[in-house]
Amino acid sequence: MAAIFHGFGPAAAALSSSSSFDSKRFQLPSLKSQTERKGSVLVVRSDGRVIPGSNPKGRSAGKLVTNAVAAKADSSATATASKPGHELLLFEALREGLEEEMDRDPTVCVMGEDVGHYGGSYKVTKDLATKYGDLRVLDTPIAENSFTGMAIGAAMTGLRPIVEGMNMGFLLLAFNQISNNCGMLHYTSGGQFTIPVVIRGPGGVGRQLGAEHSQRLESYFQSIPGIQMVACSTPYNAKGLMKAAIRSENPVILFEHVLLYNLKERIPDEEYVLSLEEAEMVRPGEHITILTYSRMRYHVMQAAKTLVNKGYDPEVIDIRSLKPFDLHTIGNSVKKTHRVLIVEECMRTGGIGASLTAAISENFHDYLDAPIVCLSSQDVPTPYAGTLEEWTVVQPAQIVAAVEQLCQ
Amino acid sequence: MSSAFSAIRIIQPLPLNTTTTRSPEKPLFDPLKTTSSFLGSTARFCSTSLNKPSSASHLRRSAVVAVSDVVKDKKLNSNSSLSNLLLTKEEGLEVYQDMILGRAFEDMCAQMYYRGKMFGFVHLYNGQEAVSTGFINLLKKEDSVVSTYRDHVHALSKGVPARAVMSELFGKVTGCCRGQGGSMHMFSKEHNVLGGFAFIGEGIPVATGAAFSSKYRREVLKQADCDHVTVAFFGDGTCNNGQFFECLNMAALWKLPIVFVVENNLWAIGMSHLRATSDPEIWKKGPAFGMPGVHVDGMDVLKVREVAKEAIGRARRGEGPSLVECETYRFRGHSLADPDELRDPAEKAHYAARDPITALKKYMIENKLANEAELKAIEKKIDEVVEDAVEFADASPHPGRTQLLENVFADPKGFGIGPDGKYRCEDPKFTEGTAQV
Repeated sequence: MAAIFHGFGPAAAALSSSSSFDSKRFQLPSLKSQTERKGSVLVVRSDGRVIPGSNPKGRSAGKLVTNAVAAKADSSATATASKPGHELLLFEALREGLEEEMDRDPTVCVMGEDVGHYGGSYKVTKDLATKYGDLRVLDTPIAENSFTGMAIGAAMTGLRPIVEGMNMGFLLLAFNQISNNCGMLHYTSGGQFTIPVVIRGPGGVGRQLGAEHSQRLESYFQSIPGIQMVACSTPYNAKGLMKAAIRSENPVILFEHVLLYNLKERIPDEEYVLSLEEAEMVRPGEHITILTYSRMRYHVMQAAKTLVNKGYDPEVIDIRSLKPFDLHTIGNSVKKTHRVLIVEECMRTGGIGASLTAAISENFHDYLDAPIVCLSSQDVPTPYAGTLEEWTVVQPAQIVAAVEQLCQ
Repeated sequence: MSSAFSAIRIIQPLPLNTTTTRSPEKPLFDPLKTTSSFLGSTARFCSTSLNKPSSASHLRRSAVVAVSDVVKDKKLNSNSSLSNLLLTKEEGLEVYQDMILGRAFEDMCAQMYYRGKMFGFVHLYNGQEAVSTGFINLLKKEDSVVSTYRDHVHALSKGVPARAVMSELFGKVTGCCRGQGGSMHMFSKEHNVLGGFAFIGEGIPVATGAAFSSKYRREVLKQADCDHVTVAFFGDGTCNNGQFFECLNMAALWKLPIVFVVENNLWAIGMSHLRATSDPEIWKKGPAFGMPGVHVDGMDVLKVREVAKEAIGRARRGEGPSLVECETYRFRGHSLADPDELRDPAEKAHYAARDPITALKKYMIENKLANEAELKAIEKKIDEVVEDAVEFADASPHPGRTQLLENVFADPKGFGIGPDGKYRCEDPKFTEGTAQV
């Protein structure tokens, strides 16, 4: 099980046969046919049940649709079996998604610091300015609040801008525009103006980047009404979520993680768009539901390896949609396992985990056999020193201990 | 990239009005001293700029004409024939009507507020009508207007029906924003009014974005005839805010088709502009960013109009942004909740004497563009329009519960998937406004 982060070898995307849980990284939790076809693109929605045996073996990773639907899955399996897909890194997947959308719709444009000539601080927009021009891939001055507002004004008047925060932390400067105009303007204008912006950028705790470059803005933005928040964690869902976010009429904040940009995976050649509101079943199980997102997914999967060896069977769900929560996938899991562990990178106070704990308590209290445990980062500004930094973030050993504690 | 050599024009008030200082504290600038340095000084700027190594500076020279010369000449020649006048009778009546509408509407708002028909923060525009009319009257429907919270009259000038604005103020469904925005959030997609913002400064980037769209359409989408202009209105207080400066920079950098209009009424609630600003001459800040900065008497609609023509024309031709500082005054307090005790009565009287509506009326009558009867007829017509707006708003229904959740998201899937697997917005209670989201 390749539960590794940050470029230590490829994140193995190929599905193996259904018998071995260990090597199955991406399941098909599908049930009813709710797939819509939009042109040549398969937009998939999930209902959360696993259909074993419907996965082809090995490297036909065209089958690598996490949320494919049962009936259609078979047909798409045969259709994609002949296409092996292509391997790329997460930042390349983001770029691919971005480029496809820019090709498809000329109103899609990018704005941000160093997105043009420099190609983006994490190379997500590399070479796009050469292809699309300096106005369409706009290098902005260092004025987050103003260029985010500018993107909003452009969105109101017919464009579909993607704003890149060079580091998500910088978007704190754009909070005025994100809260008031991005989130609320559709409502205060009585529905007259739509704001189809995508705000994206790398966040999270990196490698000794210091306190200000290691922030988790999802916890600050989550209360803003009118926005959606998603977090990508694999090249596959990065591309799918990027495309979905661009196509959405709502303002979407796409959280990427600084340490995940070099993850490698094989993704389908054919076009796909994921659902913004759905969670991803990473590893089905019976004993406990572990909810996580972004980088912590890999800490969880690493802990899962240890747990499986110890005889536990954790169900791991990457919630992906930070706002709104996919209460269906999460709820079904809780109803099955009766125990919940949330593993996140946000701080203890007021993080996504805190909200998720509340949402689960409220909706599924009767199904719980134990209190919900939420493992979050310490309420500490991320220290520079490596040792200290390690202790602020949740590590696999803590996850193992928490599961053992919960499953007693 | 700033050019000190963009020509700057100071539009002087008429000689009659220049002697009184703007505020008891100190004169903003001495018109007599500054006149000679700037008027007709294109040549001077030209020659000095050629000595400098920067070759781009002369290209950035402003095309704004010496309006003060034009206006002064025309005003003093009151016996001139109609062809020398600043506007035709038709235009004059249109402008007059627009200003009367603004004034009558705002007066009615005050009445309605004190009668408990509207609530919250209501900021009235009395006294500043010349700025709104002067600029917006020259715009096309496709051009955009962005304002702050003192936005009723901007919306009206742009063409939003009085009924829609009044209903919005009453919080009724027939309001331009379905009652969800209120006084400080006037929006109209049809008339391209992009708000209405409660926080000062936050509208300026939005305006910059609208201008960016216009440029994008022309250059990327190849809609060659797209020459939409955006006009952003904001006050003196906003000119100390970061967003103002950031947007001046971006607009000049990319030569966006935008006009930044400063409605300098000297007061930001109770903070005098002079106490808040190190250099109170806001027009000067334009050239620092590479765009022309112009100061104009904002109590005189004809002068504003002349400057507006030039600035809007510049933007439309793709020559870039302009900064226009309009010296104006609000006759009422900052909002209806403001007791307005800080301002000197002498200052108020000084500006009351320069009421833009009275000034235009005088101009029109003296130049035989209209007679008393015609102007009275307009006033009466507007009274009826405003009365009708109130009746309409009164009779309109309040928003029902069903409206609560409708416009939070353009795509209501954004409320997510509920425990039953269905999207929340598919819940029948959603349309009733009682669904749990």
